[in-house]
Amino acid sequence: MRHLIDITDFTVEEIEGILDLGDQMIADPAAYRESLRGRILATLFFEPSTRTRLSFESAMLSLGGSVLGFSSADSSSTAKGESLMDTIRTVSCYSDIIAMRHPKEGAPMAGSLKSYVPIINAGDGGHNHPTQTLTDLMTIRRCKGRLSNMVVGLCGDLKFGRTVHSLIGAMSRYEGVEFVLISPPELKVPSYITEELKVKGIPFREVETMEEVMPELDVLYMTRVQKERFFNEADYIRLKDTYILDPEKLRTAKADMSILHPLPRVNEISTRVDDDPRAVYFDQVRNGRFVRMALITTLLNWRENA
Amino acid sequence: MNIDAIHSGIVLDHIKAGRGMDVYRFLKLDEVDCPVAYIRNVRSNALGRKDIIKIDSEIQVDLDVLGYIDPGITVNIIKDGKLVEKKKLSLPEKLVNVITCKNPRCITTVENALDQHFILKDRARGIYRCMFCDAERKSKALR
Repeated sequence: MRHLIDITDFTVEEIEGILDLGDQMIADPAAYRESLRGRILATLFFEPSTRTRLSFESAMLSLGGSVLGFSSADSSSTAKGESLMDTIRTVSCYSDIIAMRHPKEGAPMAGSLKSYVPIINAGDGGHNHPTQTLTDLMTIRRCKGRLSNMVVGLCGDLKFGRTVHSLIGAMSRYEGVEFVLISPPELKVPSYITEELKVKGIPFREVETMEEVMPELDVLYMTRVQKERFFNEADYIRLKDTYILDPEKLRTAKADMSILHPLPRVNEISTRVDDDPRAVYFDQVRNGRFVRMALITTLLNWRENA
Repeated sequence: MNIDAIHSGIVLDHIKAGRGMDVYRFLKLDEVDCPVAYIRNVRSNALGRKDIIKIDSEIQVDLDVLGYIDPGITVNIIKDGKLVEKKKLSLPEKLVNVITCKNPRCITTVENALDQHFILKDRARGIYRCMFCDAERKSKALR
């Protein structure tokens, strides 16, 4: 049985297939309105989330399916001390597919060892967030018409930013992609990621300001400095305003650069940038719903045809 | 110093000097009831100094654990006073419940029923990675 725990669980061809299906669903949503009638998605959110949980629920409802689940660990049997493995075993008896978010890294993989149905990782601590990556890939592909041959800048919290880790893993499989990693030294990407880039011979640079690299970028992926990822509040306060994108910084950017952000933003992108045609972060939100529709459909099809 | 030759059992030779006690602990040799000799700082042509452990019983030895601690160890199997097999070790591809993940955010820190799985990611540098959270551990042998 196939799960989506890490974006690299899927081949490039499988990802392209999901993105193609997502494009078809955007073009003709009515054609898929009843396609998963009678199927149940369980959304197990052991950590608060609005956007990701609602996008999964919206995706399943848009396909004619139903949704059950919980939105915090307090409202599940975890509060009574039940283990994650037992929760997953139980819920997989009530549903056809599970989307789970958990504060502990590796929790979805642990769940997949015991689940009777496909598991989708909807975020595990600071580790991975592969459905956001599918959303990002879809947005980049719809903007650029390709996922190869481009310079991708990633800015902000690259240490704890799980969307960044997944996106690097996914885009490093395409030809001619170069990464520019823009962060303060305290929030650099974990060494296991840069080591892997070195081993694969994928070009990357680590810089501390976005201004020095802005003219080179085809994509600028902004991230929030997340308070909940810090052990120490003083560190958070010191670093949270370090990287703010505004129209002045964008003056030297390419006319067709795409600005992405997984949202929610705090103040790392000025609202004055929102009307710039290069800002596509709200398109990302819409794409997130359709790519999750395509993902749920694909995983259920794979299971049926296995 | 003389240590008697063993009749049937195992001799762990070419243990990096000073690492013998790690081997002793990982193999839980304090719990076996047969004679065990731990010899430190023996002169060695290849290593300069080495440790040796002699176990006078045909106990099961986890070669993955040994390979992780020190892939240079030679395992000699003795039967009826004769050497019948010599095994060379290497870093194992996978470690299950040999080491634990040190990442405080890893699911293995709270789910007690989970086995600790580590996958070898870089043989030359002895880097293992937690199967769940990707946190790295370096082989003791290569520290």
